Amino acid sequence: MIEIPYNVKPREETGLYNGKLGIWLFLASEIMLFGGLFSAFVLLRVGSPIWPPSGETHLNIPLATLNTFNLIFSSWTMVKSWVALKENDLKGFKTYMGITLLCSILFLVIKYFEYSAKFHHGIFPSTDNFFGIYFTLTGLHGLHVIGGLIVNYYHWGPGSKMWESDPERFTNRIEIAGLYWHFVDLVWIFLFPTLYLL
Amino acid sequence: MSSHNLEHHKSIYLKVLLVLFVFTLVTVGASYFDFSSVAIAIFVGLTIAFIKGILVAGNFMHLFNEVKPIYWILMLTVVFFLVLFFMPMLWEMNLVTTQ
Repeated sequence: MIEIPYNVKPREETGLYNGKLGIWLFLASEIMLFGGLFSAFVLLRVGSPIWPPSGETHLNIPLATLNTFNLIFSSWTMVKSWVALKENDLKGFKTYMGITLLCSILFLVIKYFEYSAKFHHGIFPSTDNFFGIYFTLTGLHGLHVIGGLIVNYYHWGPGSKMWESDPERFTNRIEIAGLYWHFVDLVWIFLFPTLYLL
Repeated sequence: MSSHNLEHHKSIYLKVLLVLFVFTLVTVGASYFDFSSVAIAIFVGLTIAFIKGILVAGNFMHLFNEVKPIYWILMLTVVFFLVLFFMPMLWEMNLVTTQ
């Protein structure tokens, strides 16, 4: 069987292994995706004489603040799970990754309550431009949280078997999953003040 | 990452987390403050968000200690992002025309 080069060890010219180069190129495309929507938000915000157009945002700031603390904390537990693997501590990895998973679920549960309250009051993406961009941005971000949750669960559960056969490669996988998760946190750091506070 | 670098990073992760918590409280507090204009409020809010973003990207994503190719990828992305961000606004302000 032919072994794929630079799958674990970094390539000398770039200092990067394949997966790390791949995730940064992916994150670059993600910046453009969210950047385009932020640009749309700014255009709508600047172009509207009254913001939000319907007069009230009906957003729950305390819940969103709790979610912000929650997501930032999950970023810390994610990086701690990677540190645990670097120190050959699989149990520590499982603990920190488990907490990250719980934080992801808590984030989605809070978002569910926020969305439910809106729908209950007859607020939908079609209500006005503010809610159109609000549901688009938070919905897309929520899908990213779900994606991260699935990948992190795999690494925490069945995927962790790789630790026994190829620990270095498994540690690299967690580093890559972590870069994605920190990006999801980063997007929320900008979404929170933009949508909820300004 | 060398063991020396790992020790260095480990010592600052918790500090970064606490600073991010403090800045989150500052962001919420600033939203209740009555700024003289919307522009100033947006500037303050986004400035705090940028500081938090730099802390996450620099420390948790290790961008303060990365290799050059990643910086090049991100610089190119920033250029395209700025074009994407400002092009519609210039269009809206009629600074770009089809004629």
